[in-house]
Amino acid sequence: MTEDQVKQIVIDIINEIAPDEDTSGLKDEIALREQMDLDSMDFLDIVMELRKQHGIEVPEADYPELASLQSCADYLTPKFNAK
Amino acid sequence: MELDRIVITGLGLTAPNGNTLEEFRANLLAGVGRVESIEMRYMGQVPAGVCNFDPKQYQSRKELRVGTRAGSIAIYCAHEAIKSSGLDFEGFDKSRIGVYVGTTEHGNVETENEVYNISQFDYDVRYWTHHHNPRTVANNPAGEITINTGITGPHYTIGAACAAGNAGLIQAVQMLRLGEVDFALAGGVSESIQTFGIFAGFKSQGALAEHTDPNKASRPFDKSRNGIVVSEGGAIYCLERLKDAQARGATILGEIAGYRINSDASDYVLPNPERQAECMRQALASAGMEPSDVDIVNTHATSTPQGDIQEIKAVAEVFGESPSTYVNNTKSYIGHAMGAAGALELAGNLPSFQDNIIHPTINIDELDPECALPNLVVNEPRKVDAVKVIFNNSFGMLGINSALIVKKFES
Repeated sequence: MTEDQVKQIVIDIINEIAPDEDTSGLKDEIALREQMDLDSMDFLDIVMELRKQHGIEVPEADYPELASLQSCADYLTPKFNAK
Repeated sequence: MELDRIVITGLGLTAPNGNTLEEFRANLLAGVGRVESIEMRYMGQVPAGVCNFDPKQYQSRKELRVGTRAGSIAIYCAHEAIKSSGLDFEGFDKSRIGVYVGTTEHGNVETENEVYNISQFDYDVRYWTHHHNPRTVANNPAGEITINTGITGPHYTIGAACAAGNAGLIQAVQMLRLGEVDFALAGGVSESIQTFGIFAGFKSQGALAEHTDPNKASRPFDKSRNGIVVSEGGAIYCLERLKDAQARGATILGEIAGYRINSDASDYVLPNPERQAECMRQALASAGMEPSDVDIVNTHATSTPQGDIQEIKAVAEVFGESPSTYVNNTKSYIGHAMGAAGALELAGNLPSFQDNIIHPTINIDELDPECALPNLVVNEPRKVDAVKVIFNNSFGMLGINSALIVKKFES
């Protein structure tokens, strides 16, 4: 799986959990919270959907890795490819 | 001590057959109910009253995803109520507004959904949602109103089984009289059609309605009635002290004349007509009224074989000697809206102060002789000279009885 595919998976999840947000122009390197109205419960939703939909586990200590689309890709791509 | 007079200055509602008071009232007068057959998890088709208001009118899609159906109903009704009150809401001190929402139950829906959800993951609780607790805390529907509207005064729900709609209103009256708040949003809501447990529980009790035509399933006082139709819905009122309402030139829809809540102290489920009659008499006493002062008694009757007879017995004992007191019922149109029932049923009768028409109870093909009160308004509306007093009964499990009296406002 490529980094771009992983970014798209994260965007798809955000579209589900934050349906009022426009995710079309998200910048890779900027924190998601700075670009959208996401709160801590939303990040827990992202973690839950990664677990439910893709069997990916994100331990609490690693939550900061989900800060931006690029950090998500850096952190999650090896996990997807290790499945 | 002279108590402040408390008046109704606004109202928002959603019922299976109407999303505004005008629509609801028109259907009550036209004999148009709305109950449908829905698929219930583990049970198959059951009759239920479903509301079709547009929740996106007052909530973002995210709020809808995170919140509860009870919260959505409460928010819709609260906005509609505030709008109808003509209050300068933006200019009003939000810390002086109280929110008091009656509920029969809360949390069953989310808990059932989550147990079902983790059953799809071999009961691994890592899949249990972090939204569970904020969704299931008992204050949820009232709290969602405050988050959505920015009200910072007190909010809580009043758990009073199916007497909760009345209980919410009564709580608001008390808080206004105590000076705790200057404006109250109060009433009741129900999301109960989302929980199979309510349906299955009534079925196990032998109290769940069945009929090939869902719109005939709820038929209080009919000889062949066989149980309750569970419904969702809500009615939220704006209540104020009379002097405040007059100072801002509000339109006054009615005045709270008296009320009473008491307890059967006898059974978990079975009603107690002696205590119900006592509740009604004490409500009359609190209003300084005689039975003959009352024009409409709206019954709680839920279409169960025994419960309807018990209530009619109690109503007959209190109002039997009053030829000008008429009796009706609203559940025949929309089923039992549980925590919203009392508040919704009162709403359906409030326009009688203007049109002097009493809406009937419908779905009576053969009136049960044991429920045959001479002044029961059956199948056709009844026009009278004047409606000045509405007496609203709501009873619930564990033996909670409530009676709320609203009178036409006369300065």
